[in-house]
Amino acid sequence: MSSRPYLPSAVGIGVATGVYGGSFGVLAVGAGLSPAQACAMSILVFTGGSQFAAIGVIGAGGSAPAAVGSALLLGVRNAAYGLSMASVLRGSLFKRALASHLVIDESTAMARAQDDPDHARGAFFATGIAIFVLWNLGTFVGAMVGGELDPERYGLDAMFPAAFLALLAPQLRQRSAPALALIGALIAVAFVPWTPAGLPVVAAALALLIAVRSR
Amino acid sequence: MSWTALLLLAAGGYALKAAGPLLLGDRELPPHAERLLALAAVPLLAALVVVQTFAVGQDLVLDARAPALAVAAVCVWRRAPFLVTVLAAAATAALLRWAA
Repeated sequence: MSSRPYLPSAVGIGVATGVYGGSFGVLAVGAGLSPAQACAMSILVFTGGSQFAAIGVIGAGGSAPAAVGSALLLGVRNAAYGLSMASVLRGSLFKRALASHLVIDESTAMARAQDDPDHARGAFFATGIAIFVLWNLGTFVGAMVGGELDPERYGLDAMFPAAFLALLAPQLRQRSAPALALIGALIAVAFVPWTPAGLPVVAAALALLIAVRSR
Repeated sequence: MSWTALLLLAAGGYALKAAGPLLLGDRELPPHAERLLALAAVPLLAALVVVQTFAVGQDLVLDARAPALAVAAVCVWRRAPFLVTVLAAAATAALLRWAA
């Protein structure tokens, strides 16, 4: 159907995200969440980077406020996406409230890639819904299997930095992003010996003050 | 992680996503503000990479995760799919620990 040219990519992204959801489920249970909590997080929080950040901090022995803080700071980019999608997501308050939950990296990127406003809307929902279904299915399967695995023996702890690096790489194309990444990493390393787990990541947000001044 | 913390995270995360569609309507944000919001994830993701690689509690250490990250970096540079990248990192760490 040429009337919905975005559908194959939306489904493809959904399938890839399902596998990603599987790794989230495994790591969430390994970090000490119950399978029910892992599934609830994927349904209710539904933004991969923040979810990985939260369980990463918890797994490293960080406090709940540090986990929620670093996850929410990572979620700030969704606010940017929501603001840029506001003109695409019109309709009743109820529809906009539902659509808001689907505002994530992939749905926004797919909508922005369309030339036609109707296609932008269609691509946003097709991608968002495909990801929502498969991300949650993947989390469920991963959380069920995850309890059986010894995290260190299978190198599951090494999956966290690899996952964050894979999320970071496409973001580095923005202007001044490489410098910000370097400053953020240096701040975090400097804070590790002095602050409890989780806080070094929150402290890295200080790097943004430099971006504010130098814009 | 408590259910309270999980629900707080869900509520805060949703508020961030919904701010634009629910409150902004047809108005537009100044471009520099939008750019800054989009950049917010960059220092945090970089911090997560180094902390998850080199920290154990409040100690900085060099263990099997560092070579695993190097392998992951090569995968990302070669534009490997996400799953290949994380599995290659896990396999590297698992092999090094097994060999030790």
